[in-house]
Amino acid sequence: MLRLERVSKRFGELIAVNELSLSVAAGSISAIIGPNGAGKSTLFNMVSGIYRPSAGEIFFEDARIDVWPTHRIAAAGIARTFQNIRLFSFMAAIDNVLAGEDSHLHARLWDSLLHTPRQRREEKAARERARELLRFVGLEGVAETYARNLPYGSQRRLEIARALASRPKLLLLDEPAAGMNPREKGELADLVAAIRERGITVLLIEHDMGLVMRVSDEITVLDYGERIARGTPAEIRNDPRVIAAYLGTAVA
Amino acid sequence: MIYAYFLIAIAVVVVAQRLPDKRAKRALFLALGIALLCAPLFDRNDATFNVLADAGIFVLLALGLNIVVGFAGLLDLGYAAFFAIGAYTYAMMASPQFNLHLPFWLLLFLAAAFASAFGIILGAPTLRLRGDYLAIVTLGFGEIVPQIFQNLTKYTGGPNGIGALDFPSFFGRSFGQSTIPYYYVVLALIALALFFAYNLRDSRLGRAWMAIREDELAARHMGINTTAVKLAAFALGASFSGLAGVVFAAKLSLVSPDLFQFQVSVLIVSMLVLGGMGNIPGVVVGALVLVLVNNVVLPQANTIAASAGLHVDFGNYHFFIYGAILVGIMLFRPEGLLPSRQRKEELHHAAA
Repeated sequence: MLRLERVSKRFGELIAVNELSLSVAAGSISAIIGPNGAGKSTLFNMVSGIYRPSAGEIFFEDARIDVWPTHRIAAAGIARTFQNIRLFSFMAAIDNVLAGEDSHLHARLWDSLLHTPRQRREEKAARERARELLRFVGLEGVAETYARNLPYGSQRRLEIARALASRPKLLLLDEPAAGMNPREKGELADLVAAIRERGITVLLIEHDMGLVMRVSDEITVLDYGERIARGTPAEIRNDPRVIAAYLGTAVA
Repeated sequence: MIYAYFLIAIAVVVVAQRLPDKRAKRALFLALGIALLCAPLFDRNDATFNVLADAGIFVLLALGLNIVVGFAGLLDLGYAAFFAIGAYTYAMMASPQFNLHLPFWLLLFLAAAFASAFGIILGAPTLRLRGDYLAIVTLGFGEIVPQIFQNLTKYTGGPNGIGALDFPSFFGRSFGQSTIPYYYVVLALIALALFFAYNLRDSRLGRAWMAIREDELAARHMGINTTAVKLAAFALGASFSGLAGVVFAAKLSLVSPDLFQFQVSVLIVSMLVLGGMGNIPGVVVGALVLVLVNNVVLPQANTIAASAGLHVDFGNYHFFIYGAILVGIMLFRPEGLLPSRQRKEELHHAAA
């Protein structure tokens, strides 16, 4: 579904990602792990279109997307959340989700200006879908609360709901468990599994090994912008290179 | 007497904002609308309606700029440029200048279209800019446009501008010297502008504007085409200004470059800041208050001063007075007189 071919990203002298090839199978939950500065976020930023690769190509469902503008990549079916939450702070939770639906709405300028019947119907249906998504992530009670005023864990879930609103085929989660307590992490693992049940492929960056080992089908380990290992959670856990580079003795 | 109009209008908007019930709100606005429509039946004072029409022109400008700055968060300091484009559209096409005498009503549409086109032309190069940088570039455009009108002497009459503009007519009846027809035109345009502004706010486009104002990068990641959405804000905002420019030019029967200087842009931004950026009733109140100060209070203060034997022209101090008002607002009520829920919380959070 997603395929990276010898993708590199250089920032001046720094090589953040070096000739990385990677593929993500449709319907899977894959994780990317690695120490800080390994190039994980750079990778996400290239896939979602913030950065252009310095070299290499990125394909999504056989279309080359690394040359597309960001909003087009989003509309094609790649949604993401952000490591440091980037919600629309002073918009109601439901409006955040509705903003995520934007690329699937058809209202033109005139519909917005005149509130045509078509626009009204579409808004009503969109609102219904947004409510359903809020229910799905467990935020049904706070639709009208400003994103800013939600507790931290709820903000993370709202970001996921907003990303799901764009009806992605591939969802990129950037450290979704950061700052969560164990109970919230458990709920998050269930949520990620439920997202896959909806037919959405999930690719996540995560530092929390418990969560990664629990949800992932496949794990890719990056270090200094290169792939040092790839496999199932069991394989990764026992890979000596990974243990040396990243996990240390604590997990082994 | 003139005070009564302003104070009643301001009071109605302020009260309506506080009413929780939507239907009561609507009834109140409807009553205000009917009262304003009937006013000329009882009051035949031309000067009053001249001031009110001017106030209405600024309400239109404030509503238009509010789309760009308030809704989409794009700080535009050159908004008077579109006002000038609207005014010169009328001046060049309904005057002896080129012996074109196109009808006022057609030119309203044309000017709105021209202004939006220029909104897109001037907006396109600024798409990557935000905040201060955008403000500086738009400020530049605001300077360039009147300068162009000043220097294209052959077409625009240069610094003297264009005079003897046609009086508009309505079904064959000329507006003549009376200001009351302009007052009605302005009321109708405000009604239209309010209808559009509210619809836009509660629509796909309005939500997209809010999203790019909050976090442009995240908005792009949600699939929002930020280029198209920003250009729509520039174009729609400019179109209101184009309409206002036509009425302004026709009423004055004259245009010249000095009517559209930087201070006009500043005045309109001040209206938004004073009233409450992003909130439609707020910016209407902001426009009314500043026009009241500028066109009514200051001239009257002059008369009073003169009768007391003082020779002061308070008009010369208008920038000082706006400045004082704005500093006061920033200190005591930074969200504006009548803020939106969002802006209030935003500033509340920022302070906390």
